[in-house]
Amino acid sequence: MYNFDFVKPASVEDAVAALGGDEAQPLSGGMTLLPSMKQRLNAPATLVSLTGIDALKGVCRDGDMLVIGAATPHAVVARDAAADYPALAELAGQIGDPMVRNRGTIGGSLANNDPSACYPSAALASGATIVTDKREIAADDFFQGMFATALDEGEIITSVRFPIPQKAAYAKFAQPASRFALTGAFVAQYANGVRVAITGASENGVFRWSEAEAALSSNFSADALAGLAASADQMIGDLHGTPEYRAHLVGVMTRRAVAAAH
Amino acid sequence: MPKDGGIGASTKRREDVRFLTGNGRYTDDINLRGQAHAYFLRSQVAHGKINGIDTAAAEAMDGVIRVFTAKDFEGVGGMPCGWQITDKHGQPMQEPKHPILAEGKVRHVGDPVAVVIAETLEQARDAAEAIELDIEDLPAVVDMKAALAEGAPKVHDDLTSNLCYDWGFVEENKAAVEDAFAKAAHVTTLELVNQRLVANPMEPRVAVGDYDPWNDNSTLYTTSQNPHVIRLLMGAFVLGIPEHKLRVVAPDVGGGFGTKIFHYAEEAFCTFAARQLKRPVKWTSSRSEAFISDAHGRDHVTKIQLALDDANNFTAIRTETYANMGAYLSTFAPSVPTWLHGTLMAGNYRTPLIYVNVKAVFTNTVPVDAYRGAGRPEATFQLERVIDKAARELGVDPVELRRQNFIKADQFPYATPVAVEYDTGNYDATMDKMLEISDYAGFAARAEESKKRGKLRGFGIAHYIEACGIAPSNLVGQLGARAGLYESATVRVNATGSISIYTGSHSHGQGHETTFAQVVAEMIGIDAGQVEINHGDTANTPMGMGTYGSRSLAVGGSALVKATNKVINKAKKIAAHLLEASEADIELADGKFTVAGTDKSVDWAGVTLAAYVPHNYPLESMEPGLEETAFYDPSNFTYPSGAYGCEVEVDPETGEVEILAFTAADDFGNVVNPMIVEGQVHGGIAQGIGQALLERCVYDEDGQLVSGSYMDYAMPRADDLPNYTVDHSCVTPCTHNPLGVKGCGEAGAIGSPPAVINAVIDALQRGGHSHVTHIDMPASPSRVWAAMNAQ
Ligand SMILES: Cc1cc2nc3c(=O)[nH]c(=O)nc-3n(C[C@H](O)[C@H](O)[C@H](O)COP(=O)(O)OP(=O)(O)OC[C@H]3O[C@@H](n4cnc5c(N)ncnc54)[C@H](O)[C@@H]3O)c2cc1C
Repeated sequence: MYNFDFVKPASVEDAVAALGGDEAQPLSGGMTLLPSMKQRLNAPATLVSLTGIDALKGVCRDGDMLVIGAATPHAVVARDAAADYPALAELAGQIGDPMVRNRGTIGGSLANNDPSACYPSAALASGATIVTDKREIAADDFFQGMFATALDEGEIITSVRFPIPQKAAYAKFAQPASRFALTGAFVAQYANGVRVAITGASENGVFRWSEAEAALSSNFSADALAGLAASADQMIGDLHGTPEYRAHLVGVMTRRAVAAAH
Repeated sequence: MPKDGGIGASTKRREDVRFLTGNGRYTDDINLRGQAHAYFLRSQVAHGKINGIDTAAAEAMDGVIRVFTAKDFEGVGGMPCGWQITDKHGQPMQEPKHPILAEGKVRHVGDPVAVVIAETLEQARDAAEAIELDIEDLPAVVDMKAALAEGAPKVHDDLTSNLCYDWGFVEENKAAVEDAFAKAAHVTTLELVNQRLVANPMEPRVAVGDYDPWNDNSTLYTTSQNPHVIRLLMGAFVLGIPEHKLRVVAPDVGGGFGTKIFHYAEEAFCTFAARQLKRPVKWTSSRSEAFISDAHGRDHVTKIQLALDDANNFTAIRTETYANMGAYLSTFAPSVPTWLHGTLMAGNYRTPLIYVNVKAVFTNTVPVDAYRGAGRPEATFQLERVIDKAARELGVDPVELRRQNFIKADQFPYATPVAVEYDTGNYDATMDKMLEISDYAGFAARAEESKKRGKLRGFGIAHYIEACGIAPSNLVGQLGARAGLYESATVRVNATGSISIYTGSHSHGQGHETTFAQVVAEMIGIDAGQVEINHGDTANTPMGMGTYGSRSLAVGGSALVKATNKVINKAKKIAAHLLEASEADIELADGKFTVAGTDKSVDWAGVTLAAYVPHNYPLESMEPGLEETAFYDPSNFTYPSGAYGCEVEVDPETGEVEILAFTAADDFGNVVNPMIVEGQVHGGIAQGIGQALLERCVYDEDGQLVSGSYMDYAMPRADDLPNYTVDHSCVTPCTHNPLGVKGCGEAGAIGSPPAVINAVIDALQRGGHSHVTHIDMPASPSRVWAAMNAQ
């Protein structure tokens, strides 16, 4: 790790101001950023901690929306979203290990947009809105490929607004070593249709599986997916699975998510 | 003697109090006054020519004390190899130089090129980034067969090729084996990969070098399984420091699994640099560094063939193995695919003719050496897989095919065609036991139940043999070992009767501090709490060979028994004097010396006190004091064996394998502490399941390590593992050591991989995937799914 300055502002305004400095970077749970700094792959001059800002923390219901502060740890989501959005709470409860869940945050996960991370699939399948210090971004516009998002330099996520579905579930097939998603499917049913988001599988990061959405919107059952196969084109191939295997898992995990939806 | 402390008692491990409360004293806990920190700059390319190393900028940086490169080691020896193999033509293996820091070329990712010593580790690391390396990329060889191809890039330019040796065993039997194959009624062939593994002990390697210029004494604190061997190799062959000026201390060591046997460049470096700088020098490996600098394990590619006659008797076995040595020869690397592997190819069976061919190959990868089981898991995996495949091809029960060919209980001692003589065993007994406790008879019903849930259930069997307790020194000397393989013990009885033991065995998780004390307590009849075990410091223990190959109790324990018997003999003489009786009439029981047939007695402490306060003592005929040392050199290996049963369920949709039950019925001979033995088996099975289902060290074709962290290298976690049922009630004691013990440390890692893979294949076969006859380890979900769907 190289030397860096550390600031811990108490308000979003102060955080944004601090991020205007040279090579400043937001720090949330640090579960992704700190290991990369220790390996000297990342060397911000200033870390602006977001976890001292109360406005960025907590889970609250707002009509038919569940609003989650960006600096809310996974363990809190697992507990506090359980009543309103159980599928989301279950996803949060399956991330990493207790230490990761108690430190890592939803904002950090979405901003990082790891192609194997879990949260991006929930945000995309729910049609969530990513709220930042300066605007609101629809999930459909937010995720822009592996580790790429619509966020501008110095822009921070403040909260995420999830429309609460009628039914939803997340089915994750864990990569054996990291236990991130080798392939994960998040399925959410709304009055106006079904959304299916797949993580872990594609070289382009999280994506919506539109064929499955169409089939499920007219018949929300695992049977509706029979015969439907995702293409192996542009799927990730690595030592844990070939593109074909991941394409296959897209179908299996989507069916399992539909069967488990509640 | 109550059984709560002596042989056979499941005494709780006394060392666990400090380990479990975080109070172990590991090498990294050692910080010496004035200590400087070493940071190793390692090659990022697999193969390259070093055109220049500019350290000027680094040397000028804050806190930097000195930067070392290969030129600082002119006149210093290379890292020695402790075993020379003679090839099938009678020629010695090709043995390249292994410099402490890379000379002229880098040969694998992680090869150390320079070392910065600075006041702090961060300063050393900062300075390392300022070193300008001019390395010209050379094409890398990673695949063994490609490395042997005509015109392949050479890892070592001064060798004739990348072939270390081409070994044939038993070369004289080759023609007879070929003949048996020509006459066979059936031949089963299996090609398989025993994949490369990274040992990953919980504690990474650490070395702290210290030097006292006023006495010219060097000390190395290191994470080693055998500090005396390090002292010998490093002192005599690398740095030229005689033993009396060199102390090696291996304090608490957090797991070794073989990878801490070897003498590493970092150890020699820290000792050397401390002398140069006249201050202590410390290096602690990071986890990432461990992946590219700890010796790896396994990495064999094998074709095995089994010949059977028309009555399904095994008539011959022949194998052809490519064994990866990596870029340099690690300390015992050449012995692993040869003597530790070829000699086990008979398994538990009466196969009369065996021929093993091994080609050891240099590649641009991390050196490979012994890892838990070392050669024996590779042998067992081939054999137990090919037998299962043969049973399937012949349509016979895999249990029956094994039984029919087992060496029978009344055939011991049994000389195999691969140069070893098994002293005892009862393979039918362990097989019966395993089948009984795993309820093999009820498997079919369980498989039906799985089927109803859409899952494929399978049962896999493996029966292993192991050669432990290495070894008769004269024998291994003939086989090319450059070391003896005895063990030592000093039993120092203190005046008030407590006992300090100094053993050449080294405990790095095995629990010697408990079991060795149990042995001595039982022999004398005192409380085990009166006995303290000391190990790991060349300054106070006699020359010892250390712990690996499940040898501690069989060899180190035997030395301990021998030394304790010497103590008892002397104590009896003292007791005879005190009791005014003839020595022949003195009996020792429950810590008391009695004159046979009388009530005259003196207790243990009475005798020990007399030895050190010799007022009433036969000084004219006997020295005072009560301390004895013994060396024990075994007359044979020990041969633990056992039957393992694994029951799995495969999810046909994802290829995921779940282990539902795992049963081990081992014959370890006599058992000193059943709880510790079971713990060793549990750990071994965990590593075996890790190999079978999860772990895999992968290089890409440029020699970059793809699985270089836990993000990609899958270690087994608790929830990957079932509850095991382990049994060691089948006992055929070893005939040639005083405790009748055989060794249990590696068994689990040897027997479990074939049991798991046999179970996976069984599940797929039963599920209608009859084309799947083999899956290479690890049987990851993607591989199992691909195998099911390949047509
Ligand atoms: C062992 C382990 C296992 C894991 N397993 C899983 C898993 O199974 N599934 C899964 O999804 N994830 C997993 N993770 C990742 C985990 O969820 C991380 O917590 C998450 O990716 C990052 O969140 P964080 O709060 O720690 O972010 P940080 O590490 O603090 O930051 C990550 C990045 O996001 C930026 N950032 C942080 N907050 C904001 C914000 N509010 N606005 C803008 N940018 C911001 C930072 O500058 C940085 O670039 C695992 C991590 C570990 C260490």
